[in-house]
Amino acid sequence: MADVAHQIAERIPINLVINGVRRTLDLMPWTTLLDALRDHLELTGTKKGCDHGQCGACTVLVDGRRVNSCLTLAVMKDGAEITTVEGLAKDGALHPLQQAFIDQDAFQCGYCTPGQICSAAGLLAEGHAKDADDIRELMSGNLCRCGAYPNIVAAIQQAMGRP
Amino acid sequence: MNAYVGTPTSRVDGRAKVTGAAKYAGEFPADGLVHGFVVEATIPCGRIARLDSTEALKVKGVLDVLTHANRPPLADADEAWKDEVAPEDGSPFRPLYDDSVKFNGQPIALVVAEDWETAKFAATLVRVEYQEAQAFATDLEAERGKAAEVKKPHKPRGDAAAALAGAAARHEADYFIPTEHHNPMELFATTAVWDGDGRLTVYDKTQGVQNVHKFLCGVFDRKPDDVRVVSPYVGGAFGSGLRPQYQVVLATLAALALKRSVRVVLTRQQMYGIGYRPATIERVGLGATSDGTLDAVTHEATAITSRYEDFSRNDAGWADQLYRSPNTRFTHKLVRLDVSTPCDMRAPGAASGVCALECAMDELAVALKLDPIELRLKCYSDRDQSEGLPYTSKQLRECYARGADAFGWSRRSPTPRSMRDGKELVGWGMATGIWEALQMPVAVRIVLTSNGHAEVSCAASDIGTGTYTIVAQVAADALGLPIENISVRLADSTLPQAPVEGGSWMAASSAHAVLAAAEEVRKELLRLAGTMPGSPLAGAELADTVLIDGRIATTSDNSRTVSIADAMRHGNVERIEKEKLNQFDEDKKHARNTHSAVFAEVKVDEQLGVIRVTRMVSAVAAGRILNTKTGRSQIMGSVVWGIGMALHEETVMDPRFGRIMNPNIAEYHIPVNADIQDIDVIFVDEPDAHINALGVKGLGEIGIVGVPAAIANAVYHATGKRIRRFPITLDRLLD
Repeated sequence: MADVAHQIAERIPINLVINGVRRTLDLMPWTTLLDALRDHLELTGTKKGCDHGQCGACTVLVDGRRVNSCLTLAVMKDGAEITTVEGLAKDGALHPLQQAFIDQDAFQCGYCTPGQICSAAGLLAEGHAKDADDIRELMSGNLCRCGAYPNIVAAIQQAMGRP
Repeated sequence: MNAYVGTPTSRVDGRAKVTGAAKYAGEFPADGLVHGFVVEATIPCGRIARLDSTEALKVKGVLDVLTHANRPPLADADEAWKDEVAPEDGSPFRPLYDDSVKFNGQPIALVVAEDWETAKFAATLVRVEYQEAQAFATDLEAERGKAAEVKKPHKPRGDAAAALAGAAARHEADYFIPTEHHNPMELFATTAVWDGDGRLTVYDKTQGVQNVHKFLCGVFDRKPDDVRVVSPYVGGAFGSGLRPQYQVVLATLAALALKRSVRVVLTRQQMYGIGYRPATIERVGLGATSDGTLDAVTHEATAITSRYEDFSRNDAGWADQLYRSPNTRFTHKLVRLDVSTPCDMRAPGAASGVCALECAMDELAVALKLDPIELRLKCYSDRDQSEGLPYTSKQLRECYARGADAFGWSRRSPTPRSMRDGKELVGWGMATGIWEALQMPVAVRIVLTSNGHAEVSCAASDIGTGTYTIVAQVAADALGLPIENISVRLADSTLPQAPVEGGSWMAASSAHAVLAAAEEVRKELLRLAGTMPGSPLAGAELADTVLIDGRIATTSDNSRTVSIADAMRHGNVERIEKEKLNQFDEDKKHARNTHSAVFAEVKVDEQLGVIRVTRMVSAVAAGRILNTKTGRSQIMGSVVWGIGMALHEETVMDPRFGRIMNPNIAEYHIPVNADIQDIDVIFVDEPDAHINALGVKGLGEIGIVGVPAAIANAVYHATGKRIRRFPITLDRLLD
């Protein structure tokens, strides 16, 4: 069985545009986008909290849409544009969501934070959230064990320009 | 000089956390890093008869499979394995030590490979045969009769059994708190970096780097300088990182075996094989006169522990501090099961015990036809009755008043099922919270440079609690510098002494250590400034000086002042380095506690049994609040934990296999964003002249205590149904 697994698998070359930079990778077909980022590109800002799509800590933007990178095989995203938490600040200026998360104290340990912020960026782009109830519902795929939820909602509202 | 202390200062580590720059234990790179994956036992009790790694070792990229049979040496004496917070009684678990299996999910092998996926795949090829024990037990309720009493400090007073039996109004019931797991978002991880010659830098997910350091030196027979433990950011822990967890042993073991850097990251499932809040049956009895004066309190906690260690906390004694009663009896019993040892989890003991006590108080209030707050005020104790001591401060009455006012308690209709909002029943409940105000010796080093910057360092951890920020605030005020000029280094075992971060003691402990070190810096600056020709500070007393706006000045005369830069230039010094260990005076004349009054509104869909917590108010008296922003967040997060405890969280064991059935965060439910609505945190003003110089008490635990009871009491008020088995899920409500 071990031999079989290694006979059928070969590294596959793919291209990803990560935070605006084109990267070429040779990856095994089972490598998730999350592990590609963390283990092959040293982009450890994207977090692993469950590896099963249950917690949302690994959320990144793929072609502008928020996805769980732990449930996404990297080879399936050949040619895609990936934005991680490391790519949100521009020229040293924080993204409005990043600043709002600091202002509203929307985290404690910080481990779910990159996923929360990427998810919130996806939520803003989707344009479906009209009020706090919508935000709560649409952010419920991102767990926060420190329990910063009310502050996360406040931060997203701040970034939406609603005091 | 309080430019920062007491203000809503934003976290100084905020930028690192929102940009992804903050590195956690499993994220530190190393040359030639290899990866370990844990193989777990699949029986709860027995021996490993045969463990065959042949197939796993054939996989390309696999370097080794470490087991009890081929591992490098591990210490044999229990003392080496007893970390600073290990239970006194018992023999700590030792991963890969021998062929015994003590619990399902126990690590029995570590597959090490060039990459993580290969190690994970090869782990599936390790073949294990067991010699299973004839019998095993993992169920608290089935084994309750075998419970053994453990010694606790609370002595019985009067004759509680007789007083309870003869009381005009009495209530006695069992409350069941299930096993709960911390589930911090970060997976437990260790990166053991091989520095050569047997020396290691160990990046570990822990609440105490010096605890892990001493433990590793003992377990692996290393000299202190051979091992350095570092943990700058911790992705939540809540008690699960107080003791060294097994992945740090396995990563270190593998690094020593292979003489390479090794990373071990547990899976979410494997994290159910480490510590947890123990399942407990809390039996509470309350007896009162017909006017609501308590005459008897009995509280017997029966909790689970492992076969190899007796873990227990104070579940039962809290009534001694909250409610006056002439007759009391508090007991704690343990049931030893074939499970891993429980550990501290946010407000250990109190979260469970006070939950039961405060539900029972609500039931007694109903029996007496008294408002729940009125009953608590009738029984209010100004003394800790166990020792007969007054409190350093206790503004619990004010918590009831402020909380009730903010919540609108006076508009509550006392009859159950009497309040509605459309189709939903509305329930309002309340409860009291209490925790200890502990403080520990901590040392801090301050390096002040002549450019007006200071580095403040200490081995303490910041597990999301805000230690970096409060240390920076206190240092900025004590040194008279802008907070931007303060850099804080924490959680490195080579830094000055700190205990594990837990028990809500780190805020007070670290803050006063900063003050002590800053005073040493001020003393040196005064010495330098005082010797300047014609110094305005000549002859000034240290106690009459202060550092403010980059200057040293006398408090009595602001014009007597010298700038820090001038004083250091005169002394021809570029840097002043001072380290000071702060110890608190022992005060045997006071009890030290934090308190809270918690109010909950629930809305219940009667047809579906769905419970929503629509409003929470937590009024907290915890001395002086160092940072009202991070402090509020800490209480808010604790309230979220209490909501989880009330309605969601339960680790379910299959007693036929002695195996946890829901070891993941899809089936072990924790609150999500949509579960949480309004949480109002009120800090009640509580000056405290006795506890310590700053009047600080700590906030880590108090916020959860009382929350589950307030919600359970609200569910009763909404529905008329008293659910005494937590969590209150809809099936239990509809049953």
